[in-house]
Amino acid sequence: MLKIKNLHASIEDKEILKGINLEINPGEVHAIMGPNGSGKSTLSSVIAGKEEFEQTQGEILFENTEISEMDPEERAHKGIFLSFQYPVEIPGVSVTNFMKTAINAHRKANGLEDMPANEMLKKIREKSASLEIDRKFLSRSLNDGFSGGEKKRNEIFQMAMLEPKLAILDETDSGLDIDALKIVADGVNKLRSKDNAVLLITHYQRLLNYITPDVVHVMIDGQIVKSGGKELALELEERGYEWVKAEKTV
Amino acid sequence: MELKEKLVSSFLAFEEEYTGANDDLHKIRNQAIKDFETLGFPSRKEEDYKYTSLKSVLKENYNLFPKKENTIEYKDIKKYLIHEIDTYDLVFIDGIYSSHLSSTTHDKIDVCLMSSALNKDLYKPVIDNYFNQIAPKNGLNALNTAFTKEGAFIHIHKNILADKPIQIINFSTGNESSLFVQPRNLIVVDENSHCQIIERHQSLTEHPVLTNSVTEIFADKRAIVDYYKIQNDKLSASLIDNTYIEQKSESFCSVHTFSLGGQLTRNNLNFYQRGERIDSTMKGITIIEGKQHVDHNTLVHHIEPNCESHQDYKGIFDEKSVGVFNGKVVVEKEAQKTNAYQSNNNVLLSDKATINSKPQLEIFADDVKCSHGCTIGQLDEEALFYLQSRGIPKKEASGLLMYAFANNVLASVKIPEIKKRINKLIALKLGVELGFNL
Repeated sequence: MLKIKNLHASIEDKEILKGINLEINPGEVHAIMGPNGSGKSTLSSVIAGKEEFEQTQGEILFENTEISEMDPEERAHKGIFLSFQYPVEIPGVSVTNFMKTAINAHRKANGLEDMPANEMLKKIREKSASLEIDRKFLSRSLNDGFSGGEKKRNEIFQMAMLEPKLAILDETDSGLDIDALKIVADGVNKLRSKDNAVLLITHYQRLLNYITPDVVHVMIDGQIVKSGGKELALELEERGYEWVKAEKTV
Repeated sequence: MELKEKLVSSFLAFEEEYTGANDDLHKIRNQAIKDFETLGFPSRKEEDYKYTSLKSVLKENYNLFPKKENTIEYKDIKKYLIHEIDTYDLVFIDGIYSSHLSSTTHDKIDVCLMSSALNKDLYKPVIDNYFNQIAPKNGLNALNTAFTKEGAFIHIHKNILADKPIQIINFSTGNESSLFVQPRNLIVVDENSHCQIIERHQSLTEHPVLTNSVTEIFADKRAIVDYYKIQNDKLSASLIDNTYIEQKSESFCSVHTFSLGGQLTRNNLNFYQRGERIDSTMKGITIIEGKQHVDHNTLVHHIEPNCESHQDYKGIFDEKSVGVFNGKVVVEKEAQKTNAYQSNNNVLLSDKATINSKPQLEIFADDVKCSHGCTIGQLDEEALFYLQSRGIPKKEASGLLMYAFANNVLASVKIPEIKKRINKLIALKLGVELGFNL
C-alpha cells in the first residue's frame, strides 16, 4: 500500500529525514518509535503532504502512485489520514458541520454527490456511539476548549468517519489517561481490516498493549535503524534507545 | 470646497421650511451651520483622519433634498430587514419617513420619528435635555445638526423592557441623481430599562450615496442597550457613522458593528462613562476587498471608578482594501479600578491590502488594568494543513479558517436571528459554502 524509498526531507535547509525506507502492506499495523527529535512526526507530516517540508530525494508511492507532488487534500482523497498530535481549534464550526464538510469534499473529489442528510446523521450517530462520544460534543466548536483527551478522541472519530485506507496516528496516545487510551485503541482496532493499514508514531510502548503492531521500527536521527516484531517494542521500553544507537554505530 | 458652499447656501431654504414649535431648535441649527462653515469637513491633516481621506466621496455633486417621492414595496426591502422576528421598524427612504413600511409605538415606550419629537411639545423636555448634548463639536456633527430633520426618536421609559427589537433602516433610492443624507437619531433609555436596536443603511440605487449619520444614546442607571450596526451597503454608497453614548452607573451598553460592504465607511464611536460600575462593549467584524475602506475610530472615556470597557475588532482585508483601527482609551485620574481591554486582530489576504492599527491609551489613574493587543497576520499554515489533511481543498479551508477567525466576535450577539444573518453574510463573503446549516 505505502512504499517509501530513500526519502530525504528538510525544513529551512536542515535535513530531518535522511533516507527512509518503509513498506506497509494492506492489513498491517506498523509502529515507529524513537527518541525526541528523531524525525518521527516529520515523517508523518511529509507523508500527509505538509508544504513546509521540502522533499529533496526519494519516492513516496501510495497504491503504486507517486504522491510526492500532491496537495494534502489530494492525498486525503486517496485515503491517507493523519491524526494530529496537536489538533487545531476551529471556533464557530461544529464537529458535525466540519465532518459534513470533510466527507462531502471527499465525495466531490471522487465524483460523488453530497451525502444525503439522513445518511450522514446515521453515520455520525453510529460512529460517535462506538467511540462513546456524547451527542452534545458533536455540536461544540471543533477542538475549541476541548481537553487533550477530547481532542484525541475527536481525531479518532474523524478517522472513523472518513474510513481511510492508511491511518497515520502521530503521538495519539500522548496526554491520554488509561480509559481514554482504551477507547482510542478500540477505535483503531475497529478500523483494522485486511484492506487497511495503520502507522503508529509513538514514544511509549503503552499504546502497543492495546494495538498490537505487526512491525516495529526504531527511528533515530532521521533514519530507520532497526525493525522487528512486537517484542522489539518491549525491549525498547526496557532498555531505552541507547543500545540501538550503539548497535548502529558498530 | 464646492460641496461645503452648496450646503451652507442651501441652509436658509431648509431652515425656512421648519415651522415646528421648538424655537430652541432654530438657535441650535443656526449655530451648527456657523460651526460647519468654520470647521468644514475633516482633512487628512487632522490626526484622526490621517488614514482616511473623505476627498473622493465629497467631490460628488450630491442632491441634498430629494423632492420626488419614491415608493418602495415591502417585497423589495424585506431581505434587508430582520423579518424573521417581530420588531418595531423605523424605515426612511431618502431621509423621508415611510409610514407604510414602518411600525411605531407610543405604548409604554416611544418609538417614533425625530421630526415629530422636534415638533411636539410633549417631547420638548426630552429634546431639551438630550438633543445635541454629547456629540462633540466638529464639522461632520455640526453639519448633521444644522440639517437635523428626520431620524429615529426612541425613548424607553423607566423600568420598561422594550418588548421587541427596534430596527432603524435608511434606504436610498436617489433615482434621479446622487444623494447626501443626514439622519439624526436620539435614543434615551431610562433607569432599569432595556432595548435592542438594529441599524442599517442600504442603497437601492447605483448612483453615489453619502450618509452622515449622528446617533446620540443615553443609558441611565442600570439600563441595558444592545446596538447592532449592519454595514453591508453597495459599492456606490459611503457612510460616516457618528455614534455617541453616555452611560450612567451600572448601565451596560454594547455596540456590534459588522462592516462588510460599502465604498468608504467611517465609524466614530464614543463612550462616555458618567457613573460607577459601567460596562461598555464594542465589537466589530470587518471583511472587505476591492478598493473598500473601513475605518473604526473608537473612544472610551473612563471618568469614574470601577468601570469596564471591552473592545474586540476583527478584520479580514483582501485585494487593495484598506482598514483603519484607531482605538483611544482615556482613564481619568478619578477612574481608579478601571478595567479596559482592547484587541484588534487582522488578517491580510493580499500584498496590496493595508491595515493601520493604532491603539491610544491615555491613563492618568494608577490602580487600573488596561490591556491592548493588535495582530496583523496571514492565515495559520498549521491550521490550513490540518483542514487540507481532512480532504478540504485549500481555498475552502482558508475560507473556513477566516470564518472561524471572525466568528467568535458573534458570541456576544444576543439576538439569534442577527447571529444567523451575520454568519450567513460572512460565509457568503468568504465563499464558504460548506454544507452549513445556518
